[in-house]
Amino acid sequence: MIRFFLLVNKQGQTRFSRYYTEFPVPPEEREVMEAEISRRCLKRGEQQDIQNRRYASLFFLIGFEEDENEFAILEFVQAFVETLNTYFDNVVSRMQIDLI
Amino acid sequence: MPYYRLKDLIKAIRACKTAADERAVIQKESAAIRTSFREDNNESRYANVAKLLYIHMLSYPAHFGQIECLKLVASSRFADKRLGYLGIMLLLDENQEVLTLVTNSLKNDMNHSNMYIVGLALCTLGNISSPEMARDLCAEVEKLLGSSNTYIRKKAALCAMRIVRKVPELQENFLSRAKGLLSDRNHGVLLAGVTLITELCSQNTEALQTFRKAVPLLVKHLKSLVSAGYAPEHDVTGITDPFLQVKILRLLRILGKGDVEASETMNDILAQVATSTESSKNVGNAILYETVLTIMEIQSESGLRVLAINILGKFLTNRDNNIRYVALTTLNKTVTIDMNAVQRHRNIILDCLRDGDISIRRRALELSFALINESNVRVLTRELLAFLEIADNEFKQGMTTKICIAAERFAPNKRWHIDTVLRVLKLAGNYVREEILSNFIRLIAQTTELNAYTVQKLYAALREDISQESLTLAGLWAIGEYGDILISGGSFEEEELVKEVTENEVAELIETILAGPYANQVIREYALTALMKLTARFADPNVIRRVRAIIEQYNASIEVEIQQRAVEYENLFQFDAIRPSVLDRMPIPEVKEETNRPTYDEDTTIKPRARTHDLLDLDSDEPIVSTPGQPSIVNTGRKEIDLLADIFGETSINTSAPARTTTAATPIPNTKDDIMNLFNTVQPTVPTTSAPLNNLGLDSLGLGGLNTSGSGGQPFVPTQPFTTMQADILQATPVQQMLVPTDINNMFPINQAVAQSGIYVAFDKDGFNMSLQPAKDTNNPNILNINVIFKNTGVGAVVENLLLKVAIPKTQKLQMEAPSSTTITPGGTATQLVRIANPQKTNIRLRLRLSYETATGVKVDEMMEFSDFPQELW
Repeated sequence: MIRFFLLVNKQGQTRFSRYYTEFPVPPEEREVMEAEISRRCLKRGEQQDIQNRRYASLFFLIGFEEDENEFAILEFVQAFVETLNTYFDNVVSRMQIDLI
Repeated sequence: MPYYRLKDLIKAIRACKTAADERAVIQKESAAIRTSFREDNNESRYANVAKLLYIHMLSYPAHFGQIECLKLVASSRFADKRLGYLGIMLLLDENQEVLTLVTNSLKNDMNHSNMYIVGLALCTLGNISSPEMARDLCAEVEKLLGSSNTYIRKKAALCAMRIVRKVPELQENFLSRAKGLLSDRNHGVLLAGVTLITELCSQNTEALQTFRKAVPLLVKHLKSLVSAGYAPEHDVTGITDPFLQVKILRLLRILGKGDVEASETMNDILAQVATSTESSKNVGNAILYETVLTIMEIQSESGLRVLAINILGKFLTNRDNNIRYVALTTLNKTVTIDMNAVQRHRNIILDCLRDGDISIRRRALELSFALINESNVRVLTRELLAFLEIADNEFKQGMTTKICIAAERFAPNKRWHIDTVLRVLKLAGNYVREEILSNFIRLIAQTTELNAYTVQKLYAALREDISQESLTLAGLWAIGEYGDILISGGSFEEEELVKEVTENEVAELIETILAGPYANQVIREYALTALMKLTARFADPNVIRRVRAIIEQYNASIEVEIQQRAVEYENLFQFDAIRPSVLDRMPIPEVKEETNRPTYDEDTTIKPRARTHDLLDLDSDEPIVSTPGQPSIVNTGRKEIDLLADIFGETSINTSAPARTTTAATPIPNTKDDIMNLFNTVQPTVPTTSAPLNNLGLDSLGLGGLNTSGSGGQPFVPTQPFTTMQADILQATPVQQMLVPTDINNMFPINQAVAQSGIYVAFDKDGFNMSLQPAKDTNNPNILNINVIFKNTGVGAVVENLLLKVAIPKTQKLQMEAPSSTTITPGGTATQLVRIANPQKTNIRLRLRLSYETATGVKVDEMMEFSDFPQELW
C-alpha cells in the first residue's frame, strides 16, 4: 500500500505531497520530515521502502509498506508521468521550469 | 486587482523573487477571494475555488472555501461538480461536520445518469468518508457494483475497497459482489476487483476460504495475460498489463499461503510466468520479483523453489544496483528456509562484497555469514578475512564477532581455529569485543598441545605490531603463562628464518609495549602480571633483575590499580619460597556451556510446596498444573500470578514482580483467626504477591475454587511462594506441616455451593417488596446467582410493566434473565434471575432501578443501592 507521495525539486523543496494514511505526525513536523526524506534520497544513500525516480529536475518519492513490490512502484511512477504527459501536453519539458 | 484566472495567479506567483513577495501576493489574492465568496457570485465561484485550491497546495490557509465547494457540488454543471468534489477531497477531512452536508449530494450524484458524475461521487466517498457516511451510503455502492457500465463498476470497486479499509464491519456486504468482479473482461474492473478481494482477504480469514475457490479462475486470467499476443491497449514494452499480472500474483500469494491444494493449482502457472517473462527491462523484473515472493510464501514444491532462487541469482548478476539490492534482501529472508539452493550463488555473493555501494556490501555480508556451514567454512572464512582487511570501520566489530563465532562453531580443527582468531586479531584487534578475546584465551588454555605453537605465533605477531589492543592483550597473557615454553621451544619461524628467542628479548618486548604509545591501563595491567609470571618461568638472574626493575618503576604510578599491583608484586619477591607456586600455571578453564540455563536456586525450597500441591491436587481445573518444570520460570510466574489472581481474586496482586522473587516478607499476623475464617476472602494486609500462591497451596488441599484466604497457608511455609508444579514425589510430611493448626473439616465443604440462602430485602415501599436471594453457583464459584423476588403486598392494584435495571462495578459482569412475569397481581410474586460474575472478588455493590406502573395509573420509578451482601458471597 502506498503511504505517501512526494514531489521534490533539486533544492529539496517539496513541491507537492499527498498522504494516504493517518500519519502520526502533525502538520508542522511534516515539513521537517519531508525535508529529511528528500535529503536522504537526494544523497542516494540507503533507501528503505522509499522509491525514488528522477525526471529532469523533479524527484518523485513514494513511500510504501514493506510488502509492496518495489519494481511495480517504479512502473507505476512511469505510468503516472506518461499519463500526465498525454493529458497536459509536454509535461516532461515543462518540468525543466519546475511547473506542475 | 484580483487575478481573474488561475493561470495568471500562477504566473504572478512565479514572478515573485522573494518569499515575502509571494506571501504578499497570496494574501492579497486570498482577501479578494474571500470578498468574492461573500458576494456569492455564481460565475466567478469556479475560478475562485480553483485559485483557492492552488493556494492550498502551497500550504496557505484555505478553510474558508469549504462551503463554496459544497455550493459548487450542488450546481448542475459538470465542471463545477468536478472542481467542487476535488475541493472537498482536498480541503476537508473526515472530522469536519461540514462533511455530513455532502452526504445528500453524494447520494443523488451516485444515481445520476452521467457516469462521470457517478464516478466523481464514488471517488469522493472513497477518499474522505467518515464511518457514518460509509454506513449510510454503503448500499448505494453495492448497487453500483452490479451496474452494467464498466467505468462505474471499476470506480465502485475502488470505493468499496476504501470503505472496507476504513470500516471493516461492512465487509460482508461486498463479499458476494466481489466474486462476480473476477469474471469481468475489462482489465480495469478486474484490477479493481482483485485489489478489493486482496483487501478483504487480508482482513478476514473467512473471506480467505471463500476466495480460495477462485484460484483456478485467477490462474486462467494470468495464463491468458502471459500467453497473449500483442495487445496494444494494455501493453507496456512488450508485456501485457504488468500491473494486473502483479496484482494477481499477489492475491495468489495470499490465497496459497498455508493451503496445499491451492498452491498446487498455482504451480504450473508460476513456473510458466517465471520462465517466459523476459527480464531485460524493469517491467519484466517486477513480475519476476513478485513471482519469486509468491513461490517463497506458498507451499510450493522444491523444484519451484530452486527456480525462484535461480531467478534471484540472476538478479544478482544484473548491473542495476536496485535489482541486486532487492535480490540480496530477499535471499537473506529465504536463506534460513532453504540454504542449499543459495549456496550455489555463493561466489556471486562474495563478489558483491566488493561492490561500490555500501548498502549492497552490507547485505552481502549478512548473507555470507548466514551461509557458513561445515563444508565451506574454510573458504568463506578466508574470503571474509580478506574482506575484513578492507572493510569499513563500522563493519569491523560486527565482523570480528561473527567470524569468531562461526570459527568456534564450525572449526575443522583447533589449529585452524587458533590461526583464524589470530588473524582476526591482527587485522582488526582494536574492534574486537571483550568476550571474543576471553574466549580466545580460554581456547588457548584448553588446547595444551598447541601452546607452543600459539605462543610463538603470538610472539611473532607482537614483534611486528603492537598497535592492536586485543592482540597485545592476548599476546601478553600467553607470553606470561607459557614463557618457559617460548624459551625452551627455542625457535620459531618468522619469514622462514628460524629465530632464537631469549629471555632477554622477551623482557625487552614487554618493556617496549609498556613504553609504547598504545599502552593503556588494561595493557599495563596485563603486562605487569605477565612480567611477574615470567620471573617464575625464567632462569637467567639478569633478566629477573631487569624484570624486577621494570616492575619497581610502577610503584609510584598514578593509576591506583597499577600501583597496587606493582607494590604487591614487589613484596612477593620477599617470599621466595612460595613465589613459584603462586605464579604457577593457571588451571585450564572448563568447557563453556553453550546454552543459558536459568539458575533456579530456589528449586530446593520450592519442592516441599510443589509436592504438597501435587499430593492434594484434587482440583482438575487448576489451570496451572499443566506445565511441568520449565525454564522460563519468570514468565510463567507472571502468568500464574494472574491466573491465581483470577481464581482467588487477590486484589493486592498487580505488581509485575514474579512471585518467586518475593519472599513472604510479611508474616501474616492473623493466623489462627483466618484459619477459622477460611470462607472469608478478607485479605487486609497482604502487600506481597506471595499471598495468592499460598492460596494455591491451601487450594491443593482440595479447596477448589473456594475463595479462601491464603493466610491459612502462610503460617506453614513462611518463605518461598512457588510457581512451577514439578511433578514430584509426594511426601506426607509437608502435608502434615500444612495441616498443623487447621481444622481440616472446616475446609471441606468447598465445591458445594456455600448456600448462604439468606434473603435480603432491597426495597420495600408502598406495598411493593423486592428482595434478593443470593446463592453461589455450584459450577463456578465466581458467579453469584441472585434470585430477585418481587412481591405485590399492598399496592392495591395490579402491577404492570415491571422493569428492573441493575448496575454493577466495572470489575464485575452482569447477566440478567427475563422476569417470570412483568405483571403482578396483588398478593402475587414474580421472580427474576440475576447473575453476577465476580472474578476479582471485589465488593458487590448493586445499583438497582425499579420501575413499574399500576393499573390505577401510578408510576413508580425508584433507584437504590444495595451492598449488603456478606463477604463470603463475593
